Amino acid sequence: MSATDTQDPNRRDFLYVATGMAAVVGAGAFAWPFIDQMRPDASTLALASVEVDVASLTPGMSLIVKWRGKPVVVRNRTEQEMKDGEAVKLADLKDPIARNANLPADAPATDANRTTPGKEAWMVMVQVCTHLGCIPLGQEGDFGGWFCPCHGSQYDTAGRIRKGPAPENMAVPVFKFISDTKILIG
Amino acid sequence: MSEGHSTYTPKTGIERWFDARMPLPRLIYDSFVAYPVPRNLNYAWTFGGILSIMLVAQILTGIVLAMHYTADTNLAFGSVEKIMRDVNSGWLLRYMHSNGASFFFVAVYIHIFRGLYYGSYKAPRELLWILGCIIYLLMMATGFMGYVLPWGQMSFWGATVITGFFSAIPLVGDWIQQLLLGGFAVDNPTLNRFFALHYLLPFMIAGVVVLHIWALHVVGQSNPTGIEIKSKTDTVAFTPYATIKDAFGMIVFLFFFAYFVFYLPNYLGHPDNYIVANPLKTPAHIVPEWYFLPFYAILRAITFNVGPINSKLGGVLCMFGAIVMLFLVPWLDTSKVRSAVYRPWYKLFFWLFVADAILLGWLGSQPAEGSYVFMAQMATLVYFAFFLIALPVLGLIETPRRLPNSITEAVLEKNKGGGGHPTGATAAPETKG
Repeated sequence: MSATDTQDPNRRDFLYVATGMAAVVGAGAFAWPFIDQMRPDASTLALASVEVDVASLTPGMSLIVKWRGKPVVVRNRTEQEMKDGEAVKLADLKDPIARNANLPADAPATDANRTTPGKEAWMVMVQVCTHLGCIPLGQEGDFGGWFCPCHGSQYDTAGRIRKGPAPENMAVPVFKFISDTKILIG
Repeated sequence: MSEGHSTYTPKTGIERWFDARMPLPRLIYDSFVAYPVPRNLNYAWTFGGILSIMLVAQILTGIVLAMHYTADTNLAFGSVEKIMRDVNSGWLLRYMHSNGASFFFVAVYIHIFRGLYYGSYKAPRELLWILGCIIYLLMMATGFMGYVLPWGQMSFWGATVITGFFSAIPLVGDWIQQLLLGGFAVDNPTLNRFFALHYLLPFMIAGVVVLHIWALHVVGQSNPTGIEIKSKTDTVAFTPYATIKDAFGMIVFLFFFAYFVFYLPNYLGHPDNYIVANPLKTPAHIVPEWYFLPFYAILRAITFNVGPINSKLGGVLCMFGAIVMLFLVPWLDTSKVRSAVYRPWYKLFFWLFVADAILLGWLGSQPAEGSYVFMAQMATLVYFAFFLIALPVLGLIETPRRLPNSITEAVLEKNKGGGGHPTGATAAPETKG
């Protein structure tokens, strides 16, 4: 190489950088399948909707169905539970967002917004604590709703977080009444 | 030995042949026979050796258990019961493995507290300390994943809670959690990958242990006075002095281990883990293995939002922060004096910290309600105050006691103070190893 070729940056610097970049891209491309294989596979992602017959549920009764590997509670609430839920002021809520997949993401967490219009007695909710994923126990705790035995989170009769470490209200999944006694979840 | 002052002289033809080609006998001789150790090491220094045999024991029992175990959600629980009832000596191997994990942690906690008490993490041993912290992290990951494998109720719900930590991370948390689980909840893909990683991690631990011992042999062992070795009279040879003392420590430790294996094999476990995992029913009271309890108490103590950080993320940050503190100890401690023996205030705060860690462990085993929550919050505050306030401030304001000039002088002074020995006598044999 003659002396005139060695000005900065020279051809060799370019080759070093280009080789290094190719090696980084190559390493990334090689690593990706190893990370990608850990993600949920096709059989896990193939979600079936669940149809639930709720004809046998009188007020005060619940049933739990498994959806996406998680329990979903369907509860026919009592008059008292609905009254308790409606009496709560939004300002008293730790999480003021409805967390209802059937409503806009910023809907306020009123009792009505936690249920579906015309069927306010019915709570349909993923019964998984928003803290670390335990299954809360129904109709327990200070608010008569749900109580998580793991870390003491307490939810009210509309599944809204009121006390304890959980950050959010329990999620309401996409669901609809396909008849008076049948619910389609998912 | 790192300075190359090897005293090994090959005696036989075979030794000479090896020494010229691959000097492994020389490395072993220099590391475990002629290696100089401080003459005043006490029994707290035997736990390094104890940890080594526990790692080997866990790997041996683990490999044979893997020959009988099936990592499938429909078969895992039954295969563990088969090990207990049908496999020849299976009950013994499994109890050795499950209690071995607990005793591994007993030994590592004594080892860590010894390092904190005698200031073993101070320059030039920072890297040695950090390698130890990495081993501790790997041990926690291994212990957690191992506890999932029997697929009992505590396995399942422990895995659910611990992988739930990652969902607290803003934006990418749910994606990371699904990456770890291989689904939306703990299920068969989770069990399979945990088994693969539970088999892998002990060998990674073994690799870091080699680095840990390498770093130890470069800087040399600390000792109860915290004074560096100054002359040959400060040391004794590793063999026989340390070898025999370590061996005796191991025998006593294994006596306790055997007592648990044979007489209290399920004392450190949880009865709920003998119920097969049920994704639709959380046990009334979830607790992790005892060695995670202090961190679990810290996690649950954060029940309030702080600005943009919600209670869930706050709890997870505090829990991981509690471990990060250990990594920072070499730089948080500002004292020039290593050993708590010469630091009257640090000694007091150290024992307060030990009491606080035990209190946190107890709180972690209690339900998260009522006054337990408040106590856990206070104990968490004390935990962080020890690292972030006591360690930096004490080094600046404390007046340490007079340090002896050398290890030898400290040993001789102690013997004089203890009475019984005439002034002219040199160190008694029992203080040598």
